[in-house]
Amino acid sequence: MYPAAFEYYRATSVPEVVQLLQQHPDGKILAGGHSLLPMMKLRLAEPAALIDIGRVPDLNGIQDAGDSIVVGATTTYWNLLQSDVIRQSLPLITEAANVVGDIQVRNRGTLGGAMAHADPAADMPAVALALDASMKVVGPNGERTIPASEFFVDMFTTALSPDEVLTQIIFPKPQGTSGQAYEKFAHPASGYAVVGVAAFVTLDGGKVQTVRVGITGAGTVAKRASAVEQALAGQEPTEQAIESAAAHAAEGLELNGDIFASEEYRAHLARVFTQRALSRAVAAARG
Amino acid sequence: MAVTKMFGASVKRREDPRMITGRANYTDDVRLPGTLSLVILRSPYAHARIKSINVEKARQMPGVVAVYTGKDLVDSLAPVPCAWLPPNSDLKVPEYRALAVDTVRYVGDGVAAVVAENRYQAQDAAAAIEVEYEMLPAVVDQEKATQDGAPQLYADVPNNTAFVWRLAGGDIDAALRDADVVVSQRLINHRLIPTAMEPRAAVAHYNPGSGELTLWCTSQNPHIHRLLMSAVTGIPETKIRVIATDVGGGFGSKIPFYAGEMIAVAISKDLGRPVKWVEDRRENFVATTHGRDHIDYVDVAAKQDGTITGIRVKAYANMGAYLSTAAPGVPTWLFGLMLSGPYKIPNISVEVHGVLTNTTPTDAYRGAGRPEATYVLERMMDLVADRLGMDPVEVRRKNFIPKEEFPYTVATTLQYDSGDYEAALNRALEIVGYEQFRKEQEAARAQGRLLGIGFSTYVEVCGLAPSQAAGAMGFQGGLWESATVRVHPSGKVSVFTGSNPHGQGEETTFAQLVADELGVPLDDVEIVHGDTGRIPFGMGTYGSRSTAVGGSALIYAARKVRDKGAKIAAHLLEVSPDDIVFDQGRYYVKGAPDRVKTFQEVAGAAYLAWNMPEGVTPGLEETHFFDPINNTYPFGTHVCVVEVDPATGKVQFLRYVAVDDVGNVINPMIVDGQVHGGIAQGLAQAVYETAVYDENGQLLSGSLMDYALPTASMVPTYEVDRTVTPTPVNPMGLKGAGETGTIASTPAVVNAIIDALKPYGITHLDMPLTPQRIWQAIQESQKGS
Ligand SMILES: Cc1cc2nc3c(=O)[nH]c(=O)nc-3n(C[C@H](O)[C@H](O)[C@H](O)COP(=O)(O)OP(=O)(O)OC[C@H]3O[C@@H](n4cnc5c(N)ncnc54)[C@H](O)[C@@H]3O)c2cc1C
Repeated sequence: MYPAAFEYYRATSVPEVVQLLQQHPDGKILAGGHSLLPMMKLRLAEPAALIDIGRVPDLNGIQDAGDSIVVGATTTYWNLLQSDVIRQSLPLITEAANVVGDIQVRNRGTLGGAMAHADPAADMPAVALALDASMKVVGPNGERTIPASEFFVDMFTTALSPDEVLTQIIFPKPQGTSGQAYEKFAHPASGYAVVGVAAFVTLDGGKVQTVRVGITGAGTVAKRASAVEQALAGQEPTEQAIESAAAHAAEGLELNGDIFASEEYRAHLARVFTQRALSRAVAAARG
Repeated sequence: MAVTKMFGASVKRREDPRMITGRANYTDDVRLPGTLSLVILRSPYAHARIKSINVEKARQMPGVVAVYTGKDLVDSLAPVPCAWLPPNSDLKVPEYRALAVDTVRYVGDGVAAVVAENRYQAQDAAAAIEVEYEMLPAVVDQEKATQDGAPQLYADVPNNTAFVWRLAGGDIDAALRDADVVVSQRLINHRLIPTAMEPRAAVAHYNPGSGELTLWCTSQNPHIHRLLMSAVTGIPETKIRVIATDVGGGFGSKIPFYAGEMIAVAISKDLGRPVKWVEDRRENFVATTHGRDHIDYVDVAAKQDGTITGIRVKAYANMGAYLSTAAPGVPTWLFGLMLSGPYKIPNISVEVHGVLTNTTPTDAYRGAGRPEATYVLERMMDLVADRLGMDPVEVRRKNFIPKEEFPYTVATTLQYDSGDYEAALNRALEIVGYEQFRKEQEAARAQGRLLGIGFSTYVEVCGLAPSQAAGAMGFQGGLWESATVRVHPSGKVSVFTGSNPHGQGEETTFAQLVADELGVPLDDVEIVHGDTGRIPFGMGTYGSRSTAVGGSALIYAARKVRDKGAKIAAHLLEVSPDDIVFDQGRYYVKGAPDRVKTFQEVAGAAYLAWNMPEGVTPGLEETHFFDPINNTYPFGTHVCVVEVDPATGKVQFLRYVAVDDVGNVINPMIVDGQVHGGIAQGLAQAVYETAVYDENGQLLSGSLMDYALPTASMVPTYEVDRTVTPTPVNPMGLKGAGETGTIASTPAVVNAIIDALKPYGITHLDMPLTPQRIWQAIQESQKGS
């Protein structure tokens, strides 16, 4: 509970962040601190320097950019929960942000931090996958954009390189008749997702046009449930069709197991919660 | 000023404003100039020989003042004592050093101690200590530990068995032989971690000039800690002051006397500077005692009509790596004596093996032994009902001790004071609407929904006393309590109580008692506790004894004050004391209510002492030591209603009804609060909390990210009611309410879940009933069919 010594820098602009990262190869970006500081207090992380991005003005905020919604990396869960544009277009974000940790965590934790940390039990990575978000990152060589489906690489590992900063998360606005839902089985102690399933569907003429399912908690890293999506795309989303599609939920997951939930149980929960999330998303699409 | 009767009033807790606004004075809030910060390096291994410890690097680190190893403290500190020594149990107390000298025996065993100018420096230095360990095989399961060939913790404790304790009443062999049915079950009462909000802490300030030690610490029983500290350090008791006024919860874990506090004292004495030690949360998980961890083999003999004729229990209690202060008494006396519960069971036999393992030592945890006994009985009642095809309520009712038969002596020799078990049961059934529920349950089952109802009809032993019984049980202390009531010249009252509330609310309830006895306003009464420098002596707060024993001492002391006041008033009013009536703070002459002296006037007169009656000494202060003739036996019925999601195994609580009988009630709101908190803890054992070790003795559930303490959203709304059956053993007729909730709730919840799972033919599952465990049981039940 007492971290090792570190240096502290407060950055004021994105270029300064990049510069500080280059100057301090053993440094770490500090956003809301709600993943990094606990690790430091347990001395599981001992960064030599912290680069605080909390007050970089360009990094915070939610913008409606017409066909997409752009969320700055330091936007907190609380900011997301307060946003009407998010609630109207991307209720999946509101729903999921509402079940992250507790109120203190939601006040401090940032969307960028959640993405960059890639905790296997975090909620937002599943949401980003289901909404087909992309990550704008800035490094010494300039800017690049990484689709969510390529961003989450492994447990606590993303496509970000150590000298890059995540600046924005870009969510395309849903088109047509769409529905979204998040189903979470929260760990009774940590509150993190034992399994969390984010579902997004669009319907066309009573059939499923697009379906994206992001699963977190069950495996070592949040993933799209491609087999589920393939099984449901183009189908009429009857209860039975959803159930048989959801039966594929654990395919392709490298399952986690711990004292609370075994690999087998997590696989089962992934199927149950995929079915529940899809049913609700379809119901929402139908209105 | 009208003074109304306070007994029975829901006065708001006077201690709360300072606590909920961050103004309480916990041990960590004590800031003395020049204080050094102490960090204890703890073993990362469950069982290992210490080959070498190199502290040189740590000594050189910035801010470090000193580093100590086990060898350095051998001369200044005697071993950590064990203070409950059950006779006739072949007890072996292994040597427990404050810092391990050559062998570590659990993850968390102290290895070295660092003091530095601040906590960060001490922490850094602790990380720089190099310890070379030679790994030894570890054992964490108490049954395995008793088997031949198991790793041995101590050369002089064969089969790791610290004691074997037995108690019997009646003839259990005959009962089992003659029974219509014998129902047998192995039950696991798993390990829990008390997790008080405030971790343990100590500030030790030894003054080399005066030779006096002041120790602020987190204690439920400061006088006992003073006595033991004197014994282990050689500092005379007269030179030690222990202060534990604001303590942030204990749940039993702050009864024991620990190594951490001893080390802080030894170092303060060595360096002549104040030393502060504050556990962090992870340290608290391994360095403060755990609770329960009992495996019971139970056989119940019953007749076809549901009459229970006998119960036999063979238990394995996991004591951890050393015997903590009160530990041997918990799984023995506090468990075995209560195996008749509220039932007439003529034949009882119990054998308890206290086993040492490579785990954190266990000791009392809210309920201490009694939840284990209640769990055994209440789970078995349901199993008997199931076997006989009877309603679980009817089996219980059939075996209740009828109210006409109190005081009633059970086969384990306890004499229950008073009770009306059916009344509480009937009230609970009425509130929950039992018949209606069974209909709903049937309808729900037809739709594939799993509803269940569970009962727990319990009795517990509270107000732990008398001292003579403590002696017979090998408890190295008395079980009386003291109180001093000091009336100041202004008529304001200070009460010095040997009880040490640490969340129970006695700063309020005790003041209510005094306000009534002396007829003074509540605000004029100050309750002083938790300071050996101010209070004559005290046994402390545990076993739901503070109000029954400490409160009674207070009543008697207050009455002595009142009687002395009457003599003074009579003298001033020039009448005989027999002609004085005392009412609401006024002494007046019988038949002449305008000839009056107020309590405050009498107090002033007692201190001026210008005009005292003959033979009456000046001042107005009385002390009373109260040793009750018996314990008290609260009882009641708890009912839990749940729905289980068959797809995930997740339990949803639909209702929770608690009808408790704690005798008379001083402050209903505070008692409700005690019941609520107790239910939350007991319910959490049933479904959430569990301490899990791996085979190597690593604590896998060693943080609040893994160990599931319930939050408000994880427990149901409680429907709490009471019946009132006063006890004859104390002047207030009250029994104690600190543990009922914890004792009663665990089996009520488990029974409800098992009832919900009945359609699958499931009759028993061990706790905690996590979603995964329930889901797995459902899966397995379906494999068969
Ligand atoms: C008690 C508790 C309960 C929680 N429960 C949940 C829960 O239920 N669900 C859930 O999803 N999460 C939960 N969390 C985690 C919480 O959501 C975190 O706040 C979040 O995951 C990380 O965001 P942060 O802003 O706090 O990041 P920080 O802790 O500041 O940083 C996390 C990591 O990301 C890096 N980083 C941060 N921002 C950037 C950036 N812009 N560019 C590059 N790297 C960056 C940091 O260097 C660090 O390595 C919980 C946390 C706590 C303390």
